[in-house]
Amino acid sequence: MSETVTLEVLRYRPESDSEPHFQRYTVPYRDDWVVLDALNHIKDNLDATLSYRWSCHMAVCGSCGMMINNEPKLSCHSFLRDYRGRVIRVEPLDHFPIERDLVIVMDSFMDKLSSVKPYLIPKQDKPLGAGEYLQSPGELNAFHQYTQCINCVLCYAACPQIGLNEDFVGPAALALAHRYNLDSRDGGKDARAEMVASNEGIWECTFVGACSQVCPKQVDPAAAIQQTKISASVDWLKNLLTPGAHK
Amino acid sequence: MSRRPYLRKVERSWWLQHPRYVAYMIRELTSLFVGLYCALLAIGLVRLSQGAAAWDGFVAAFSSPPGVAFQLLCLVFAIYHSVTWFALTPKAMPLVVKGEPVPGTVIVGAHYVAWAAVSAIVLIAAGV
Repeated sequence: MSETVTLEVLRYRPESDSEPHFQRYTVPYRDDWVVLDALNHIKDNLDATLSYRWSCHMAVCGSCGMMINNEPKLSCHSFLRDYRGRVIRVEPLDHFPIERDLVIVMDSFMDKLSSVKPYLIPKQDKPLGAGEYLQSPGELNAFHQYTQCINCVLCYAACPQIGLNEDFVGPAALALAHRYNLDSRDGGKDARAEMVASNEGIWECTFVGACSQVCPKQVDPAAAIQQTKISASVDWLKNLLTPGAHK
Repeated sequence: MSRRPYLRKVERSWWLQHPRYVAYMIRELTSLFVGLYCALLAIGLVRLSQGAAAWDGFVAAFSSPPGVAFQLLCLVFAIYHSVTWFALTPKAMPLVVKGEPVPGTVIVGAHYVAWAAVSAIVLIAAGV
């Protein structure tokens, strides 16, 4: 008999279930299969009612984040061979409401993301005819790492502070705010500070560091938040010593 | 069909469910002992202001076996807190010199050098 692997998948169908429950599926084992392939096998061959998000199958789109054996992971990036001989428990990402099965409600994240103004706010608007906003390779390096975020929200599932306080802006949004604050073309730091440096912003972070450990793109949101704490403290002190001079 | 999103509750034992959260909670716990030690030093200052007899009593309590045991416990927690914090400093305080990032090991090493220097100054000032 060919080798199989057992998946224990959290199911929640709001029209019939009062609360989520686990359902077991047995699928063929393939050395080159990832958990997402196993879910697709279930959907195509065993149970068409199973719902989950995915798109690119190559760790770029950030859609297929799930808890896999209690660890936030991209299911397209998690090989069955790494779980060989064990039951694979698949759940929706922690700290988000479950819409259905493995699909989470991401509205709160989208609101938090837009609240930090994650776009360039030029220091000075200039006419198109004046040419591009130039930037040196060194200036690009200052923030390049933080541009790699794919909004997969694994960091939100890993962050215990998000679980304890749903208003916390959270790792990915704060890392993106830091990305724009570090951009030499940007002048929007003060506009972002209202949210970034608020109690629900950087100060809610207690540097657990889990966000950076689970990030599939090595963005390191924990570093971004700690650096923002130092920068916000320096700004606060400057403002205290010379009020109004730094606006 | 109406939506009915289900939010799973965070259990009180959330920090026991992964080694990284246990390590984090231990680091948070160390702050309690560092704080207690600071409070005891503050009490020592108050006792010093109350005269020689009060100060001698404080020193005797600090030198007793339970007093020494408590200080050793505080020392262990303070070292754990310091070492784990130093390990995190390259993230919180990255340095760029002449356009090149300073390696994390240099930043961490500088903290140990500063720690040793401050400790030496304190020991010399104390006449050890």
